[in-house]
Amino acid sequence: MAASGKTMTVTPKGDREVVITREFDAPRDLVFEAHTSCEHMSNWWGPRKYEVADCEVDFRPGGAWRIVHRAEGEEHVFRGEYQDIVRPERITWTFEWMGLPGHISVDTIAFEEHDGKTTVTTTSVFDTVEDRDDMLQSGMESGLAETWERLDEYLEVLRKRKAS
Amino acid sequence: MASATDQLDRTFAALADPTRRAILSRLARGEAPVAELAEPFAMSQPAVSKHLKVLERAGLIARGRDRQRRPARLEAGPLKEVADWADGYRRFWEESYDRLDEYLDQLQGKRARKRGKERSDGSKR
Repeated sequence: MAASGKTMTVTPKGDREVVITREFDAPRDLVFEAHTSCEHMSNWWGPRKYEVADCEVDFRPGGAWRIVHRAEGEEHVFRGEYQDIVRPERITWTFEWMGLPGHISVDTIAFEEHDGKTTVTTTSVFDTVEDRDDMLQSGMESGLAETWERLDEYLEVLRKRKAS
Repeated sequence: MASATDQLDRTFAALADPTRRAILSRLARGEAPVAELAEPFAMSQPAVSKHLKVLERAGLIARGRDRQRRPARLEAGPLKEVADWADGYRRFWEESYDRLDEYLDQLQGKRARKRGKERSDGSKR
């Protein structure tokens, strides 16, 4: 966050979806390309403290992907399959974090360019509302989006109160 | 872990109601008795008391001992859990995307240099 000052939004949608939006200061072709191979993805996948220990990306519809990242003995495996690829507009893949095996989401990553900048919108559709909520580590109820916005305000007030 | 999830369920259920959110907003400014909390709403004190019970069960507020006034005050613990909830998922993508920013800068630098080189190569021919 602090590095770029860019805002990412995470919005629950309906019962089973989560939408993440983020803008990048680069043309669409390039942002898309950065999503298409291990060579690229190893440079940015996951929180900074992890390094990508293993990566396999077969970038074609029906092809599999698998990324292992590791830090201080802690290891996470992510995997899935490409379902649809429309270069340079859209990638649809399945996404499974092996920390919660069998709970698979179908993610569509859409790339839109405007004035040389690219907005990436990822819509994740989970099998069940429980899966969506587990992924968000919550017992989130539908209609939370609004609650969430308001909650931010409360938390800000609480932080200030604690600080004073 | 189940109990942590149950707690979060209760917290979210309690927060799903606009009146209860408004009550929490008010309590964020300091404790208040039921009568005062009922004032801004076109609602009887018993109706407000019902909302307070839901908030109390969710652990979002505590009630004072004074039998007459039973002032309510905010309890920060469950709200912090809700904040932690968003953290895991959000942090993964937020940090990945910050890194992607830097990586795209690198790639664009390379591209610009390559283009520059191609141009100068071209002019030599």
